[in-house]
Amino acid sequence: MAECHPVGFQWVMEAKARGAKLVHVDPRFTRTSALADVHVPLRAGSDIAFLGGIVNHVLRNEKYFREYVLEYTNASVILNEDFRDTEDLDGVFSGLDPNGRCYTPDSWRYEGLEMQAAAGQRDMEYDARVETATSGHAEATGSGGTALGEGDPNRDPSLQHPKCVFQVLKRHFSRYTPEMVERICGVPRDQFLQVCDLVTENSGRDRTTAFAYAVGWTQHTVGVQYIRTAAILQTLLGNIGRPGGGILALRGHASIQGSTDIPTLFNLLPGYIPMPVAHANEDLDAFIAAEAAKKGFWGEMRSYFVSLMKAYFGDAATDGNDYCFDYLPRLTGSHSTYETVMAQINGTCKGYFLLGENPAVGSANAKMQRLGMANLDWLVVRDFSLIESATWWKDGPEIETGEMRTEDIGTEVFFMPAAAHTEKDGSFTNTQRMLQWHHKAVEPPGEARSELWFTYHLGRIIRAKLAGSSDEMDRPVLDLTWDYPVESGTAEPDAEAVLAEINGRDADGNPLSSYTELKEDGSTACGCWIYAGCYADGVNQPARRKPGKDQSWVAPEWGWAWPMNRRILYNRASADPDGNPWSDRKALVWWDAEKGEWTGHDVPDFVADKAPDYKPPHGSTGADALAGNDPFIMQADGKAWLYVPAGLMDGPLPTHYEPQESPFENLLYKQRRNPVRHLIDPHPANLYEPSGDSPGAAVFPFVTTTYRLTEHHTAGGMSRWQPYLAELQPEFFCEVSPELAAERDLEHSGWATIVSARGVIEARVMVTDRLTPLAMDGRVLHQIGLPYHWGSNGYSRGDSANELLHLALDPNSHIQEAKAIACDIRPGRRPRGEAALALVRSYRDRAGITDRTGTEA
Amino acid sequence: MGVRQWIGSWPVYRQVTGDDPLGRGAAAKSGVSERLAPRVSTADQVVKSVCPYCAVGCGQNVYVKDDKVVQIEGDPDSPVSRGRLCPKGSASLQLTTGSARERHVLYRRPHGTEWERLDLDTAMDMIADRVIAARRDGWQWEQDGNRTRRTLGFASLGGATLDNEENYLIKKLFTALGAVQIENQARI
Repeated sequence: MAECHPVGFQWVMEAKARGAKLVHVDPRFTRTSALADVHVPLRAGSDIAFLGGIVNHVLRNEKYFREYVLEYTNASVILNEDFRDTEDLDGVFSGLDPNGRCYTPDSWRYEGLEMQAAAGQRDMEYDARVETATSGHAEATGSGGTALGEGDPNRDPSLQHPKCVFQVLKRHFSRYTPEMVERICGVPRDQFLQVCDLVTENSGRDRTTAFAYAVGWTQHTVGVQYIRTAAILQTLLGNIGRPGGGILALRGHASIQGSTDIPTLFNLLPGYIPMPVAHANEDLDAFIAAEAAKKGFWGEMRSYFVSLMKAYFGDAATDGNDYCFDYLPRLTGSHSTYETVMAQINGTCKGYFLLGENPAVGSANAKMQRLGMANLDWLVVRDFSLIESATWWKDGPEIETGEMRTEDIGTEVFFMPAAAHTEKDGSFTNTQRMLQWHHKAVEPPGEARSELWFTYHLGRIIRAKLAGSSDEMDRPVLDLTWDYPVESGTAEPDAEAVLAEINGRDADGNPLSSYTELKEDGSTACGCWIYAGCYADGVNQPARRKPGKDQSWVAPEWGWAWPMNRRILYNRASADPDGNPWSDRKALVWWDAEKGEWTGHDVPDFVADKAPDYKPPHGSTGADALAGNDPFIMQADGKAWLYVPAGLMDGPLPTHYEPQESPFENLLYKQRRNPVRHLIDPHPANLYEPSGDSPGAAVFPFVTTTYRLTEHHTAGGMSRWQPYLAELQPEFFCEVSPELAAERDLEHSGWATIVSARGVIEARVMVTDRLTPLAMDGRVLHQIGLPYHWGSNGYSRGDSANELLHLALDPNSHIQEAKAIACDIRPGRRPRGEAALALVRSYRDRAGITDRTGTEA
Repeated sequence: MGVRQWIGSWPVYRQVTGDDPLGRGAAAKSGVSERLAPRVSTADQVVKSVCPYCAVGCGQNVYVKDDKVVQIEGDPDSPVSRGRLCPKGSASLQLTTGSARERHVLYRRPHGTEWERLDLDTAMDMIADRVIAARRDGWQWEQDGNRTRRTLGFASLGGATLDNEENYLIKKLFTALGAVQIENQARI
């Protein structure tokens, strides 16, 4: 965090100054480790074993927050008789398809919950479940859990029933012992127990512990389950919805949160509404029936969706035409960026926009990215400088090796200079869901323009060219509301007008102040329901800048956080079931019985006047069905899920699996890897290595992980062209321990060549104690650290670490496993030209790699 | 220069007679540094902004003089950052005003070996034509008997560095054109 989010880290230091203990778990020693009380180096790719070990410690030693667990979680819920855990099936759950590549999750359900009543819908749900195996549907639950069936689950408040979630959890994690943690993670038992003590002693009524993570947890074939393990732990300890608690995603781009909320993502519509999937007879009713929850605020999804369609299509969206539901394109499986690359390589996808992204060096398996781009008809690159994704056709690695000739490449390339944040109005959503407005200071230089300008005018020109068309294909784009006011001069659209559309308006055209005002009758319009209120009273709320020193520690008048300016989500859980703070020290929101409302330091994340003892009448739906002690208002049962009965592709509980490529066998189960990890179609440039005890695995003996440095930003498009930053970190390097350097003849500040089954790169050698050999179950493991910011252009140059990576993805999020692969390292510079390809081939031959290697379940 | 002024410019004299007896401050200051002023003090305008790098969201003050950005500093008012910026945020001035920024549209024709210049309006018109054609080429009304009403003919990647308002328009336009392959760094 000190390395990649340095200014945010000041608050960790403030906490430390007030007595907080800081634990840093990371394979490398960084600026964070230097300031931590404890640094725990572990094997990259083993975090579920580590976190699962803490979960086991908490359960075995009864360190959980019993009242919180009983009242606010699904610990007491009894599971379906048919459910079988990894304990029963040696590393897989019940419902694994015979081909071993997807789960049918029927048996994961709660006992006593009925499936949808109507037969037709039942079929549809079945289809939906099967198709989600590849569609990335699960991510649509980014703002809450998936829908559950109807009825009330059976519970055992004594937590003793052998099939209740609590007992299943206990059995599931019982094999994650300190000894196992030591053997799998390379973390000595005493150090592990020290971390367990620090975490548990700092959790409870009076104290809370926070977990912060970044892509070190997400970029794995079991990435979502990493976060899930932390969620289980934090829920057991009562650390969710409380000040100083939580699981905090430290996101790496100025508005990567915003671009997930208002998604430029294939599987989502604004506000985490799922994109529709192609089914027979799909219409608005069927879509809502399948996707909306029966209880909680997702129960109101029809209002959110209809209001979105009114924002998109205006008067054209009517009750009679399902509010233009049919205008939306449908998914069939995954259309993630990696499938898009495959579609480019196979010729289906012929045009490509790159809007502030540099996949030629910044995406996993960079060669695949370039092969895709080389097969396009046209490519539009919008950026500040000539990044590698704009110039690969004349100076990319394939030109050097002779695999491509510039004259043979048919791709037409448009480079469009982009406007900077100082040259446009707009809002970023930061990592804590807070929108902040940046004001335009100057005009962009030359032909540089904002994406707002580009998108608006592209749409305007396309609509003009298609005007008068009677082709049904063109109806949606012609019916689009696309009449934004523009400034004089460059004709820049008014960003605040777009913000107002995102916020939404009521039937009279007045700005909405809350998503609770949205209607399903088409009278309201709202571009992103969770952002409703960001333009309340016609005021640009993200532009609010009351100085921090002039307001409370929550600072509610700086910017605006979704939803409804709540700064800590699910903060009803900061109070006990009766509505009183768990302790004075940790008070955040509470029930004011006299006034009959929730109040406190933060905006309560709860129905304002719903009393703590409220019990909904039987048969209530949506938000009305939430009881006064249901803090998790987006969940389909109002509770935090220790066990996930629906919505995850790879099981209801986290399980340690080895990475796609690992020098180790899975010591916990016979099942080596995540059986349902998402592998893309075989391609000669994306071969996988053998793992564990398989023949050939020893050819790639070292675990390699990628990461960032303070002085650079992702693939370098915003940092390798800045002289100050280039001077601070002038070239690509690898970090290796003195022991590995000795073993492989690597010289500090000399060169090393690093090889995987995909490619070969060279890097300057940094011999450093920051990487330490781990004692792993009787053998020594060396890890190689690779910052991944580089490419051949700009002032600071070097090979891209992404040349080494493969495409094996998490089945829920479809994120690549960038954080743990296997490689070899040797001294000296890499060969050039054909010889570079020959070197990679020789490694593949020695390891006996075929296109089937590593694809077994 | 009068005698009094000449003597007054002598650091030792100032050290002895002034309130800087150790000669580590005002007494040791030369005339040149005396006249130095921070760029921020002569700016015409201070524009409130947000750092464009990571997602912490540090506040920035953008100092403008003669319609040019002359300095970018941390905003002390921000409860997020309290005026601090990291090395990247501190390099925002180079990011936004540096000479490495391209100012013109560039065009590489199919099989071409060099960049060519193209004016912005022509480029926009050409891109619009290409979107319309690729969309039609890759159009699918249905797949396996189910209605899809979409195109796989073009794709888009990017958004995490952009504004919410920009992402909103990108998703809105491309979805209405039938595209589904719309992605950004959040998946990477």
